[in-house]
Amino acid sequence: MAKKPVITAYEAAKMIPDGATIMCGGFLGCGQARAIVKELVKLGTKDLTLIANDMGRAVGPMGEEFFGIAELIHNHQVKRVIATHVGMTPEVGEQMNAGTLEVNLIPQGSMAECIRAGGAGLGGVLTPVGVDTLIEESPLCMGKQVINGKEYLLMAPIHADFALLGTYKCDEAGNCWYKGTMRNFNTVMATAADTVIAETEYLVPVGEIEPENIHTYGMCVDYIVEGERK
Amino acid sequence: MDKNEIKAFIAKRCAKELKDGDVVNLGIGLPTMIPNYLPEGVDLVIHAELGIVGAGATPKEGDANYDPYHVVDAGGNPASVAFGGGFIDSATNFGLIRGGHVDACFLGALEVDQEGNLANWIIPGKRMPGMGGAMDLCVGAKNCIVCMEHTAKGNPKIFEKCRLPLTASHCVKKIITEMCVLEVTEKGLVMTEINPEFTVDQVKAVTAAPITVAENLKSMID
Repeated sequence: MAKKPVITAYEAAKMIPDGATIMCGGFLGCGQARAIVKELVKLGTKDLTLIANDMGRAVGPMGEEFFGIAELIHNHQVKRVIATHVGMTPEVGEQMNAGTLEVNLIPQGSMAECIRAGGAGLGGVLTPVGVDTLIEESPLCMGKQVINGKEYLLMAPIHADFALLGTYKCDEAGNCWYKGTMRNFNTVMATAADTVIAETEYLVPVGEIEPENIHTYGMCVDYIVEGERK
Repeated sequence: MDKNEIKAFIAKRCAKELKDGDVVNLGIGLPTMIPNYLPEGVDLVIHAELGIVGAGATPKEGDANYDPYHVVDAGGNPASVAFGGGFIDSATNFGLIRGGHVDACFLGALEVDQEGNLANWIIPGKRMPGMGGAMDLCVGAKNCIVCMEHTAKGNPKIFEKCRLPLTASHCVKKIITEMCVLEVTEKGLVMTEINPEFTVDQVKAVTAAPITVAENLKSMID
């Protein structure tokens, strides 16, 4: 199995230019590529579009200052976010009200499915979720359709320049295994970006993850970064 | 009743809605108290939108399964998987929700109305936390139950028509508060149970929608 290049978090962050669209796996920082995010903060890469369930947390599980992508928001490096919930990151609301941050909220299931569609070659998603709500006016909503008498919204597929995965184990071929609730959006995001970088707590030899237990296939991963072990 | 007693009272009544083996999603806050009041012999599959099918009890620091960096709930707090439960990715998980595989979801409301419309994710111009998984749950769960305090500081939360932007339309089947149980029917709200601490008129006075009282109105307390 061909090995994937192992790079530093700094080298990974350096690849991402100003104005890039980045998908960040993770749910309130759990399963997020937090070491790469730290380097992005240091580099000050700006005008980013972030696609993630939420915008991380201002305070980590053990009282850490910033946990995940919240720091990019606080550092004013983001121009647009596509998310499902930003209530744990009040700074998002403040920048939105100040007119410096565009926020597109979509339902969590629609977000997962739109990213899946983006990575699976589909032209969109028809979902009953969001009918009769403000989602009908979302830039990601392409209109309404009636199928067998029931209304559905047509949601656009989501694709990104980069996907940053937060994994527990990654083997040298890029196969990933997520512990606990880390999996969340990571597995779909791994399929829906031009460049996919897997940050992992443990870089392991090929074969250590049983073939039946590979959650993200190495064929989807372009680079591997060793992050912090928790 | 003080705030905590009110919440416990509502959670206790909600627990009666559940039967053994139900797959249940519990919103944040009050709904998470429901498992504390399950009748004997009722074992639930707790569904957590972050990625647990069969969530367990909240672990404490020092517990063997305490892992705040890898196993958390939708509030970011340490969570656990029950014996026999499993972890799942978001796309598959929401497929389960939309696909009608979740028996019931319990969630709070900013406003709810007589048509079963629910508003609980945005107050335009003031707060926009987001819908998270609420829209999917309201549309997809077989039974959507609102559990909440009957009023917001004395002001009605139950209306003829919601004024705030909706989370989902025509989704709520039942409303459980500290005052009464309301069923959403084609003919509007029907009060099927009342807390004997209150009169029907007292409930109607703080509800901004017409209420029909069921012929066999029962007490919320056994």
